[in-house]
Amino acid sequence: MEYKEVLVYSNVKVQDDIYVLSLEIEDDVRAGQFYMLKAWEEEPILARPISVHSSENGIVKFAYQVKGRGTKILSSLKAEDKVYVLGPVGNGLYTEKFKGKIALISGGIGIAPMLQIAKGLEGEVDLYAGFNKSPYLIDEFKKYCKNIHIASERDTAYYRGFITEIFNPFEYNIVICCGPEPMMKRVVDMCKIYATPVYVLMENKMACGVGACLGCTCNTKEGKKRVCVDGPVFKGTDVVFSA
Amino acid sequence: MWFSVLNVKFCGVDFKNPVLVASGTFGFGVEYDGIIDITRLGGLITKGLTLNKKEGNEGVRIHEVRGGMLNSIGLQNPGIDEFIEKHLQRMKEFKVPIIVNLGGSSIEDYVKGAEILDKTEIDMIELNISCPNVKEGGMNFGIKSSIAKEVVNRVREVTKKPIMVKLSPNAEDIVDMAVKCVEAGADAISLVNTFKGMAVDIYKRKPVFNNIFAGYSGPAIKPIALRMVYEVSKAVDVPVCGLGGIVDYKDAIEFIMAGAYLIQIGTANFINPRASIEIIEGIEKFMIEQNIKSLDEIRGII
Ligand SMILES: Cc1cc2nc3c(=O)[nH]c(=O)nc-3n(C[C@H](O)[C@H](O)[C@H](O)COP(=O)(O)OP(=O)(O)OC[C@H]3O[C@@H](n4cnc5c(N)ncnc54)[C@H](O)[C@@H]3O)c2cc1C
Ligand SMILES: Cc1cc2nc3c(=O)[nH]c(=O)nc-3n(C[C@H](O)[C@H](O)[C@H](O)COP(=O)(O)O)c2cc1C
Ligand code: FES
Repeated sequence: MEYKEVLVYSNVKVQDDIYVLSLEIEDDVRAGQFYMLKAWEEEPILARPISVHSSENGIVKFAYQVKGRGTKILSSLKAEDKVYVLGPVGNGLYTEKFKGKIALISGGIGIAPMLQIAKGLEGEVDLYAGFNKSPYLIDEFKKYCKNIHIASERDTAYYRGFITEIFNPFEYNIVICCGPEPMMKRVVDMCKIYATPVYVLMENKMACGVGACLGCTCNTKEGKKRVCVDGPVFKGTDVVFSA
Repeated sequence: MWFSVLNVKFCGVDFKNPVLVASGTFGFGVEYDGIIDITRLGGLITKGLTLNKKEGNEGVRIHEVRGGMLNSIGLQNPGIDEFIEKHLQRMKEFKVPIIVNLGGSSIEDYVKGAEILDKTEIDMIELNISCPNVKEGGMNFGIKSSIAKEVVNRVREVTKKPIMVKLSPNAEDIVDMAVKCVEAGADAISLVNTFKGMAVDIYKRKPVFNNIFAGYSGPAIKPIALRMVYEVSKAVDVPVCGLGGIVDYKDAIEFIMAGAYLIQIGTANFINPRASIEIIEGIEKFMIEQNIKSLDEIRGII
């Protein structure tokens, strides 16, 4: 992990409040890892954790949704602007170890880390992506996924409802999931029935991003774990979900 | 070599510069290994330790606000024995003074903790009295000077390690608190810990934190922290270690001019992991520019 200043290569609006930021970063990155990004001096004070969307040829891409102060500033970045980055952070996934049929399940912007994961997997990969409104970032997955299933609560062109309604863990050897906590909990519960191994990418507010502040912990069977450095990838069956 | 101008002797311990990292913001040091050169720091202060392991608080633990952040970690820590077994040796490898921040939920906890630490190779104990006192219905030990005095007294009896008492800015009277702690045997005073604050989630119509209140830290608290360091430095004859909202070398020099021998960097480590190193370099540069030969020339100058 390293703290440094890097340059923006590009920052592209994909749709409404979804952007893809490309930064000139040469690091060796594992799928599922993230960076703490900061593109401001005084305020806000904390950096924002954003997952690696993809990494190749000295460019690391981040797909993000504008939520508040920090991501709003990120959305205004232009080529050549400076960004402070701390990373790559987190355990990530050793994708090369995974074999067989694999399902990637995402909810909303939880699709962001899935691209780098899909790229690293050797088995047969299906994507199940759920959205509130219209889908985004799907095109890039076509190269790496056999089947792509999309659900939307509002866009009638797709399955109308939750993505968990059209996914059957029985068909898969491994499931990897990233999205809102209630959705991840649902997926883990479904996978438990068939004893399908499932990994989840957890999220929490972060201050340090290095494991020092203990602000980002989640509950697991072995007690409190730091999402930033012990995660963000956890075995779904180890996590004790809140609610 | 102009490095030596930054030397500080504090409670008999040699610090190569006055810049320490504050408890709870730097883990056990190793977390920042490789991100900055830890060997350059003046000293390391551990996450608050208690006699027994603590899991800390449920729910939201950190919340950013303008000018700083609120935290409600709840003293999550592995306990003193595990610290000694698993972390202390690694910390010593950084070859800088090691200060253990000691917390407790009863006076007996503090005493037993200090007894164990007394037999280790640590350089100093920072007594964190901003902890909820279970016997007193959870009221902080650091609010009433009579209660704080008792804790310091009892810890003093069981250890020869230098004791630096870390004051809560929420104390009823910060100067009286400092004076009473010194009377009870404190070798030094550090201040301030976090300010009691809160935040509301307006959509849930509930407090953000399960405990309602949380500790406020960061740049916004600096003027108040500085005032308290100034007042306490004038009132006690033991050395003072100042902190609260220090972000750059100018802030650090303000604290030194207000009377601080050492300073600590807390929240600024999150804002910029290199903050402590940049502050050391900044103080050094300032001293050269201003032709200051030793920190003694400017300490407590106002
Ligand atoms: C490991 C990890 C990876 C992430 N990857 C992505 C990603 O690839 N794309 C993406 O769009 N978002 C991602 N997020 C969520 C993203 O960090 C938040 O949406 C973002 O921090 C919001 O900041 P803000 O200033 O815009 O919002 P504000 O609401 O103004 O933020 C206030 C504070 O809350 C924190 N915060 C608010 N919401 C979240 C949240 N959901 N998760 C974590 N911290 C939050 C912020 O960091 C900040 O400290 C990730 C979060 C984590 C923990
Ligand atoms: C996340 C976090 C954890 C902290 N944990 C401790 C602790 O365990 N013991 C302690 O004495 N102070 C603790 N503090 C307080 C800091 O050491 C410091 O006193 C306070 O944050 C004010 O300084 P700052 O504004 O430079 O951060 C913590 C602060 C933060 C932000
Ligand atoms: S963000 Fe500080 S420990 Fe995870």
